[in-house]
Amino acid sequence: MSTYPLLSFAIWIPIVAGTVVLLTGSDRNAPLARMIALVGAIVGFLVTIPLWTGFDLANGGMQFVELGSWIPRFNINYHLGVDGISMLFVILNAFITIIVVAAGWEVIQEKVAQYNAAFLIMSGLMNGIYTSLDGVLFYVFFEASLIPMYLIIGVWGGPNRVYAAFKFFLYTLFGSLLFLLALLYLFIHSGGSFAILDWHKLPIELGPQIWIFLAFLIAFAVKVPMWPVHTWLPDAHVEAPTGGSIVLAAIALKLGAYGFLRFSLPIAPDASHELAGLVIALSLIAVVYIGFVALVQADMKKLVAYSSIAHMGFVTLGFFMFSAMGVEGALVQMISHGFVSGAMFFCIGVMYDRVHSRQIADYGGVVNTMPKFAALFMLFSMANAGLPATSGFVGEFMVILGAVKFNFWIAFAAASTMVVGAAYTLWMYKRVIFGDVANHHVAELTDVNKREFAILGVLAICTLWMGLYPQPFTEVMHASVNELLNHVNISKIQ
Amino acid sequence: MFDNFVVPNLLPAAPEIFLVVMALAILMIDLFVKDSRRTVTFVLSQLTLIGCAVIQFSTSTGEITYTFSNMFVDDLMADLLKLFLYMTVVIVLFYSRAYIIDRSEMNKGEYYVLALFATLGMMVMISANHFVTVYIGIELLSLSLYAMVAMNRDSVTSTEAAMKYFVLGALASGLLLYGMSMIYGATGTLEITGIAERLYGGGVNNTVLVFGLVFLVAGLAFKLGVVPFHMWIPDVYHGAPTSVTLLIGSAPKLAAFAIVMRLLVNGLITVAQDWQNMLIILAVLSMAIGNLAAIAQTNLKRMLAYSAISHMGFMLLGIVTGVVSGDARYALNAYSSAMFYVIAYVLMSLGTFGMILLMARAGFEADNLDDFKGLNKRSPWFAGIMMMLMFSMAGVPFFIGFFAKFSVLQAVIAAEYTWLAIVAVLFSLVGAFYYLRVVKLMYFDAPEDETPIAAGADMRLLISANGAAVALLGLFPQVIMSLCAFSLLRSL
Repeated sequence: MSTYPLLSFAIWIPIVAGTVVLLTGSDRNAPLARMIALVGAIVGFLVTIPLWTGFDLANGGMQFVELGSWIPRFNINYHLGVDGISMLFVILNAFITIIVVAAGWEVIQEKVAQYNAAFLIMSGLMNGIYTSLDGVLFYVFFEASLIPMYLIIGVWGGPNRVYAAFKFFLYTLFGSLLFLLALLYLFIHSGGSFAILDWHKLPIELGPQIWIFLAFLIAFAVKVPMWPVHTWLPDAHVEAPTGGSIVLAAIALKLGAYGFLRFSLPIAPDASHELAGLVIALSLIAVVYIGFVALVQADMKKLVAYSSIAHMGFVTLGFFMFSAMGVEGALVQMISHGFVSGAMFFCIGVMYDRVHSRQIADYGGVVNTMPKFAALFMLFSMANAGLPATSGFVGEFMVILGAVKFNFWIAFAAASTMVVGAAYTLWMYKRVIFGDVANHHVAELTDVNKREFAILGVLAICTLWMGLYPQPFTEVMHASVNELLNHVNISKIQ
Repeated sequence: MFDNFVVPNLLPAAPEIFLVVMALAILMIDLFVKDSRRTVTFVLSQLTLIGCAVIQFSTSTGEITYTFSNMFVDDLMADLLKLFLYMTVVIVLFYSRAYIIDRSEMNKGEYYVLALFATLGMMVMISANHFVTVYIGIELLSLSLYAMVAMNRDSVTSTEAAMKYFVLGALASGLLLYGMSMIYGATGTLEITGIAERLYGGGVNNTVLVFGLVFLVAGLAFKLGVVPFHMWIPDVYHGAPTSVTLLIGSAPKLAAFAIVMRLLVNGLITVAQDWQNMLIILAVLSMAIGNLAAIAQTNLKRMLAYSAISHMGFMLLGIVTGVVSGDARYALNAYSSAMFYVIAYVLMSLGTFGMILLMARAGFEADNLDDFKGLNKRSPWFAGIMMMLMFSMAGVPFFIGFFAKFSVLQAVIAAEYTWLAIVAVLFSLVGAFYYLRVVKLMYFDAPEDETPIAAGADMRLLISANGAAVALLGLFPQVIMSLCAFSLLRSL
């Protein structure tokens, strides 16, 4: 165990770096702003590595805990810690931040400092969400992270960006306000504690549990997003700049799912069992129906956005099986989706930067002009479709295995995604990459440059690593997942 | 011959006395000051307010002290509110200086003297322990403000606003007086603490009392500007010169909170159930109409006026949850969160109106929403401050506005008014829309007007400090929260 406050570093280094970047001011200093941002992101990533190397595998509780008083008037503490569930997301988040800064290196030429600062600050806030053990601290980070994302979509986004930014902000704010009321109820009910871990042990009657669960459900379902509150996501993704899409897909979507594990399941276990059917039904609709919706999309970003919703449906499905296999599979799926969807959005960004179109119909025969790119894009498409030996397979397979034990027909419905997912991803791939050169835009394409190749290469290594040897990822989860399931399987009704 | 005459204890009222003397002196001195050297008046007024703060500090005993035959009270709540009041008026005068210099009609000594008398009125309201004292304070404040609104004589909108303000304000005073006389009829005293004793003793004619209470609440609602007694707010905020809007929209909220506490909590706590139910209706209507009507506005001052209505509605939620079915266990928690809300609101309101003044220049008011278009291009720094203020108003963390909403909501949940909390958060969701729209204009749109911001260094510095306060107090809200709680603990 390290004596340094690593989690505080993980939160505040990106935020401070972002503030410094902001101070470089106008676009005349753009190279400096980019450089500071990159250094900040890399340092922010390096300080999270000891979390993994120094992690105690046998400990299912919180590690690297930091505790200090913040607002004694309401007994609110600056309380941080990670367990096997949250630790990997902190690292993933710090890693994706580097990718995002690198992804915008040449593309973003306007308000460079503000762009990079927004991403760095958001990265710090996201780490805050994953590491908070105090309800208010969590909420504060949870809601504050809306501000940079709102600006990212609105300032650097596409033509319909204003609509998308408002929709994103108001949808998520709606969910989180009810969440706040649930937190306040727990505060009063627990006799004045905001500690999440205290709430895990707090006995609550079934009636209030159900209300709390529903308030949590709305907040997290909007964030995940689950059907039918998913409609903000395609808009936000399509209008956001490439970096924004990557962060949304790779990190922000995981917040909702993480919330289920940290709040819904352990705080309201009886309500979770009671209402599992509802969540499973919504998840299956996301997996099957949204899969078909993805099939008919003409816009590549929209297609990947819908495929994200379908993949996240898998995650929530895995959680509500209440088995170690299901939960771990879902967690693996979340991390894998972070790499794969991030890479997919980056690939689309690479093409968009050259052609300025996301329509599948505007492409065709890209392999003729961009062979290296086509090969890498192929890998990520396969991973998105869940091909064995890629990371996409591991999580889906584990969730389906978990589901078979739970109920055959649920597993059957979920497994259909293997077919639908392959259909929409590979069909898109075929239309964009193969065939004859479609038009002069495609004919003039240049293959990926070194920067783009490096980003895709790193993501490809991660995807294959997780697909071939997922052990390092799953072993850190075991103890914490078992601890969580113990909580969930004990009734809180007295 | 003077056997019956007892010299009252003047010490609790020392700041008020100092302010009167200085205001009259400044009125005289200003006669000998040329228009070009108006700075003298400005500096003297600021020194007077700082002097008041010093006296307030040094004479504060921390005890509840009555003087002038129990008409006047000095306690920690009064001390704290008055200190914030001085700070607010000092900032208001700083912000308005450049604005009134650009508008020669208003660059008169009277501007400062009226502001000082308005401050005196608010101080008297804060320390009132008698219906007559309350009334004197309200009238002193209102009459000064009527004159200030009308100061820009050639402006038709200002004159119209002053007219409306005067007529409706007089009506409100009438309602208040009528309510007071009814309560006097029921209890036989005008002294607020005396009323509480009579009511506690029982045997009071309830019909007359509640009849009076209705009028009293209506009068207070006028002064707070909550629905359905809000009609003057948008017109006055819009029509008044921005520097006067700044004054109307900030400091009087502190005084209005104080008289609500004095009249309803100190005096009429035994009939809390009755006035709480009335205030719940007012609060819900204010949040609804304030937030919904703000969406339709194109003028920023008007939008902020409706936003003020909704904020006052939200603040009332803290006051209505003090007594739950006769149990006053949560009273301190609830009232101190309402007090924190008011202070936080005043701070944010100063900043936002200050931004309008910052952008304004001679012949240009900068009070339309479109005037903020593309501010991020023109000045990223001030766009950033305005953004923080807007998110703070919307109640997004890490800003003080979030903790203001947070503390009131926890009081509402503690009192088990869950439905009220749900209504409150749903309307703040509606409210978030129009604050976001201001951010959208500043960040997503291109500027229509590329003129650089003309404000002086002092103004820039102060408004930056104001923005920093909104952010820093959002990170560390404990100080003010516990000050509010402590002062109320020692005053109730």
